[in-house]
Amino acid sequence: MKLDRTTLTIAAVTVVLLVAGPLLPAWMMSLIKISLCYGIVVLGMLVLMRTGLVSFGHGLYYCLGAYAAAAHDKLANSLAEVGDASGWALLRGILRLPKMLVDALTGVFGPYDIAVMLVFSVVVTGLTAWILGFLLRKYREIFFAMLSLAFSMILYGSLVKSSALGSTDGFNIAARSVFGATLEDDSLRQTIFVSIVAVTMLSAWLVNLYLRTHRGRLAEAIRDNELRVEYMGASVRRTIHVNYIISAVLAGLGGALMAINIGHIDPEMAYWTTSGEFVFIGILAGTGSVLAPFLGALIFETIRSFAYEYSPNTWQMALGITMLLVILFLPGGLWSLFRKMRGKAA
Amino acid sequence: MAIVLEAKGLNKTFGAVTAASDINVAVEKDSVVGLIGSNGAGKTTFINMVTGYLKPTSGSIFFAGRDITALSPRLITRLGICRSFQIPQLFSSLTVYENVMTGVGVVFSGGGWSDASPLEGTPEQAVETMLERFGLTAYRDKKANVLPEGVRKLLDIAMAMSVKPKILLLDEPTSGVSADEKFELMDMVMEAVRAQGVTVLFVEHDMEIVSRYTQRVLAFYEGRIIADGEPAKVLEDPEVRKYVTGEAHAAH
Amino acid sequence: MVQLLAVLIDGLIYASWLFIIAVGLTLIYGVMKILNIAHGSLYALGAFTSVTFTSAWFAHGYPAMGSYAMLALAAVVVGLVAGPVIERGLLRFLYGKDEVVLVLVTYALFLILEDLIKLVWGVDPLFVQGPKGETPYALLGNFSIGGLTYPTYNLLLVGVAIVTAIVLTWVLARTRAGKLLIAVIHDRETAAAMGIDVGRTYFVTFTLGAMLAAVGGALTAPTVSVVTGMGAEVIVIAFAVVVIGGLGSLPGAALGAVIVGLVRAASIHYRPELELFAVYFVMAAVLIVRPKGLFSAAEVRKI
Repeated sequence: MKLDRTTLTIAAVTVVLLVAGPLLPAWMMSLIKISLCYGIVVLGMLVLMRTGLVSFGHGLYYCLGAYAAAAHDKLANSLAEVGDASGWALLRGILRLPKMLVDALTGVFGPYDIAVMLVFSVVVTGLTAWILGFLLRKYREIFFAMLSLAFSMILYGSLVKSSALGSTDGFNIAARSVFGATLEDDSLRQTIFVSIVAVTMLSAWLVNLYLRTHRGRLAEAIRDNELRVEYMGASVRRTIHVNYIISAVLAGLGGALMAINIGHIDPEMAYWTTSGEFVFIGILAGTGSVLAPFLGALIFETIRSFAYEYSPNTWQMALGITMLLVILFLPGGLWSLFRKMRGKAA
Repeated sequence: MAIVLEAKGLNKTFGAVTAASDINVAVEKDSVVGLIGSNGAGKTTFINMVTGYLKPTSGSIFFAGRDITALSPRLITRLGICRSFQIPQLFSSLTVYENVMTGVGVVFSGGGWSDASPLEGTPEQAVETMLERFGLTAYRDKKANVLPEGVRKLLDIAMAMSVKPKILLLDEPTSGVSADEKFELMDMVMEAVRAQGVTVLFVEHDMEIVSRYTQRVLAFYEGRIIADGEPAKVLEDPEVRKYVTGEAHAAH
Repeated sequence: MVQLLAVLIDGLIYASWLFIIAVGLTLIYGVMKILNIAHGSLYALGAFTSVTFTSAWFAHGYPAMGSYAMLALAAVVVGLVAGPVIERGLLRFLYGKDEVVLVLVTYALFLILEDLIKLVWGVDPLFVQGPKGETPYALLGNFSIGGLTYPTYNLLLVGVAIVTAIVLTWVLARTRAGKLLIAVIHDRETAAAMGIDVGRTYFVTFTLGAMLAAVGGALTAPTVSVVTGMGAEVIVIAFAVVVIGGLGSLPGAALGAVIVGLVRAASIHYRPELELFAVYFVMAAVLIVRPKGLFSAAEVRKI
């Protein structure tokens, strides 16, 4: 396996974060953790954007991942109740399976285990994306954007009306263990940080590997000329479906990690303006590298926290103006600027 | 000689417009066939139907005896019928190398493919060979959207050749190419075709190219085939002179 | 039975409101191929401006009936100011870019306008109300139908929607300007090649669309507390209406508005927990059956 520049950079970033992280002031750590969680969602957007698609509803998976991580027991119980109420033996059996899985895993690892929560996030978002993917892979451009927005608003609407899941307030969660080992205070904080770094950097590495495989390369070909891809004997729909699932799982992991990180989830995560933020960061970052989303998220979060503190009524305007400037003058995103600078120095 | 491609009673109507009317053709293996006719006569419609982009209103298409009328372009490509386009269909943001690699990569990633001569060596070697055959090596790392027209055409054809064609359909391979480059282009294509053992059908407006390179010519007019035979004979045919090459023929 | 009537009337009222907002959106998309997210902000601007105008009106002690004129004035002013400024100042430089890029531009614009509104009007909820509590909403009294009582103001809403639909249909079908608009909707390039001033068409269309959004906002202002965030809420539901009906189609906007209006009214009455989700569910369902919406154009052959 050839070691390319991106892989080396990912490794370097991981090392720096893990070593320097604990030495940084709390506010900086917080900024980094949030940026990583947002960044992995935007990494998912990158995979879709390389395929020529922009989702205006990625909040769906971000939120679903968070709720699957935090509320898997409530969700599983609700499903089992529905099954019991139906009185249909087969349906009851099928809808009891999630509860059995949840009980089994929490039995072994305890409730609110970080590893278990991430597993649930992946399973729920992966399954949902697989199902929705059959429909969404037929759409492009505006319609793909609008349909994905519709599904995210469907989730938003359902969660807001669900008192069992806390309605508009959402609810709090607290991770208690990882792989069965109980954690408290300092060790909990450190483990959360390490988990976030590990999951996000590992994902970046894996996505980078994927994009260099044949199917990964088809993404950009599809973006440029779908017809020709079909005339090369490859299936556009199947590739889009796969990339859609990958992007959803990444977004779900971002949501789950964010939930574990800040200890709170609410339906706002699925509102269209949240999805809009992911799109914004995606445009800001560009699709040039798997690390671009994380850089973009860091810049976004930095602007947001400082602009908000300085003038809470103008930070959105600052974002809007930045986005316009990037679209008008830097269509490849900030990463293309980075590449140009590196090109000049070389 | 074996019949490799056969069209029986093909018709295609779009509402009140008849794009193809009772097309019957049997193409022999390894032949080189020219399709002539003025714009709108039905040549591209024919290619679109054979490659699965359009479904005929009635009639069937057979490839080596197998009915392919209802198949999708993707499956037909995998069976071994490949095409190039009137306007080159390239991947504009990818380099020439990456464009050809797309096709080669698909072939090497497996699945059911035609048993045409396999691409040799590793995927990288296969791409380099293809680039050489079409004189594209100098443009290897250039993005497809900055290429001159003649090179775009060559790339378009190279991409079609890289997915193991048994039959190659070229839609106006020399249109938009300057007069002196036309023959160079066709020589290159024909050499590659001979090297891979492919049956070729191509649409052409330049009658000199048609007479020099084809063994058989089909003349289209208003969706029908009005002449079918050796180039010399077909080009002398009075109906062909009237509707295709004579007054009615517009030099591109 | 009474409930069914209530659903129909509520549905109709809601549909009228939706139509006024959605028709500008669909028109702008149809002519300029821009899905304008900032439409929500223009709606909000219309609402906030009417608060300012009506407050000034009431403060001067003028007859309360005149406050309707203030609503209309607010809509016109917003349309005539915001429309040209945005079109000439920003959008004009971006024509020809990818549709999705244009959506992102309008999203950036939305963010900017939302904060602009906060800066000018503050973050507290505002009301269209005189110092003595007079409001245009209550001014017209109520009417009863089948045992149900509604503020007559809602009839005004329905009336405006119907008049807008008729006027627009007539303009598009009968006037020269309208036919030019339709030509541009069908094929921008050919229209330009035939000498139609596409730039001017865009200018007029966008200004008209902005004015319609502002009308929606102005008419809504007396019925709700005017607050930031109303733009964000409205734009998603307007999208649903426009996508259901078919982007760029006037009858589509009307049909979409009626469908969404009835669905929402029905869910509020029969299954309130589904209210928020019912509309998007219908949109997804329509797209599954008719991928480009109910009234959509045919596909052009590519090769």
